[in-house]
Amino acid sequence: MPPPTKPAPVPTPETLPFWEGCAAGELRIQRCTSCGKHVFYPRPACPHCSSTELEWVVSDGTATLHSYVISHRAAPGFAEEVPYVIAIVELPEGVRMMTNLVQVEADPEQLPLDMPLRVVFEPRGDVHLPLFAPAGSAA
Amino acid sequence: MSAKDDIVIIGAAETDQLGKLPHLSTLSLHLEGARNALADAGLTPADIDGIATVQTPGPVAIGHAMGIEARWLDGTGVGGTSFLFHVRHAAGAIRAGLAETVLITHGESGRSRVDAPAWGRSPQSLQGQFEAPYGVFGPPTSFTLTALRYMKETGTTLEQLAEVAVAQRRWANKNPRALMQDLVTVDDVLNSKMIAWPFTLLMCCLVTDGGGALVVTTREKAEARGYDKPLVHLLGAGEAADSPMVSQMPDLTSFGAFKRSSAAAFAEAGIGHSDVDHLMIYDAFAHVPIYGLEDAGFVGRGEAGAFVAEGNTSPGGRLPMNTNGGGMSYTHTGMYGMFAIQEAVRQVRGEAAAQVDGVERSVVMGNGGMFMAGATLVLGKSPR
Repeated sequence: MPPPTKPAPVPTPETLPFWEGCAAGELRIQRCTSCGKHVFYPRPACPHCSSTELEWVVSDGTATLHSYVISHRAAPGFAEEVPYVIAIVELPEGVRMMTNLVQVEADPEQLPLDMPLRVVFEPRGDVHLPLFAPAGSAA
Repeated sequence: MSAKDDIVIIGAAETDQLGKLPHLSTLSLHLEGARNALADAGLTPADIDGIATVQTPGPVAIGHAMGIEARWLDGTGVGGTSFLFHVRHAAGAIRAGLAETVLITHGESGRSRVDAPAWGRSPQSLQGQFEAPYGVFGPPTSFTLTALRYMKETGTTLEQLAEVAVAQRRWANKNPRALMQDLVTVDDVLNSKMIAWPFTLLMCCLVTDGGGALVVTTREKAEARGYDKPLVHLLGAGEAADSPMVSQMPDLTSFGAFKRSSAAAFAEAGIGHSDVDHLMIYDAFAHVPIYGLEDAGFVGRGEAGAFVAEGNTSPGGRLPMNTNGGGMSYTHTGMYGMFAIQEAVRQVRGEAAAQVDGVERSVVMGNGGMFMAGATLVLGKSPR
C-alpha cells in the first residue's frame, strides 16, 4: 500500500475564487461592500450585516502569528514533517486562518507570538495551499 | 416550582466497565448504559416515551433495539456536550407535554472503534478545505491551538496548565473506577511524552470505550411511581454555539458558549457562584477547565491557573472540580459529557466514590467539538 498523501482541499463554488487566487499567487479574501468588513472563510453572505454583496479583494500576503502548536504526531501524509507547526495567523484585515509555518525551525524559541509572517504557496492536489514563513526569511 | 414542571433525573448509570472493551459495539455500549440507567430508576423500556441521543447510532436505532415506541425523539449531535443539550431539550419537551419520561443514551467505542464512525470529513467541507490540509490530527492538534494565545494574554504558565492534570489525578486517586489513579507531580506532567507542544500526554484526555444513560421525568411522575432514591432536580440549563472551526473562534482566549450557556443556566436557577458546591467542567485538555472557570465567572480573567494551582479545585478545596478524575484521568470515550453529568448526579445523591460533603448544588459545563458548542446544567438536591 502506498504511503498516505497529505489531505488536499476540494473547492466548492463559493470557495473557488479563494483557491484560484492561491494558484495565481494571491491571498484573496472577501469584503462586504455594505458594511466594509472583511470575511474569511468564503461565504455567500456577510455574517455581520447579512448583505450578499461581497467582493473579492487581495490581501497583501502579510500576517502575524496568533497561536500555534508543534505537532509531534504525524497526521496522514505528514510523517516526514514531524515535528511541524500548525498555526492560526491573523491577516492585516483582522481575519484569521489555519496554516502551517515553513522555512523556520519547529522550536518555540524561534516562534514568538505576533511575529510577522508572509504567505508562500505550495502545490497540493489540484490547488495551491497558503502557508506562511517568517517575514524576514528568503523568498 | 410545581411538581409537574420540576424536572428530575431519576436514573443515572454508566456501563459496567470503562476502558478497553473490544467485545462491545457502539450500539451495545449505548444499550448497556440504558439498561443500567433503567434499572437504577426501577423502570422498564415500556415506561419510556422519549429518546435522545447522538447520531451513531441515533434515537431510531436505540428505540428499535429496546422495543420502545417513542413519541418524542432528539438526535442533536454537537459533540461531547450533546447529552447536556439532550437534558435541556428533554426538560422543555416534558414541560410542553411532548413526552413524560425520556431516556438519554451515550455509548462510544472510542478506543477499540467497534462500529465507530470513520475519522475525517469530506475534502469539500469547511474543515476539509481550511483545516485538515495543515495536518491536524484530531483533537490533540486542534483543540489545543488556542492555549498559547490564552497564556500570552493572561500570563498563565505551563506549570499552571499542568496543575489542572495534577489536581484531577488527586480526585482519580480516590476513585477505584478511574483508569489512571497514581498521583502525579507538575514535573511528571511536563516530562510526559510530547503530543502537541505545549501539550504533553498527561495534559490530554484518555481515549476509552464506555457508555452511560440518564432517565429524565417530572417530580410528579417520580412521586406517583413511589421513587425512593434522592431526586436530582434540574434547576437551570443553558446552551450555546461558538464556531464550527477552532481557527474561526472570534476570541481564542475565551469560549463564548461556556459564557452564554452558564449565564443562562445560572439565571434560570436563580443562583450565584457562591451557591455552587461542586463543579464539572469538560476536560478534554488541561486548558479547557481553566477557560470554564473564567468564562462562567467563578474567577476573574487570568486567575484560573493560580486558582487551580493553589488547590481550590482539589480534594479539600473550596470548589471541588472534576471529582471523578475527569477526562484526563477517569475516562474519555470521545463524547465525555455524559460522564460529567453522571458524576454530578452521584455527588448530588451523595453516592460518589470521592464524595464531597454536603453537595446541595452541582454545575456541569460541557464542550462539544473543538470549542464548537457548549452547555451548562445546574443540578440540585432540592427543587427550585
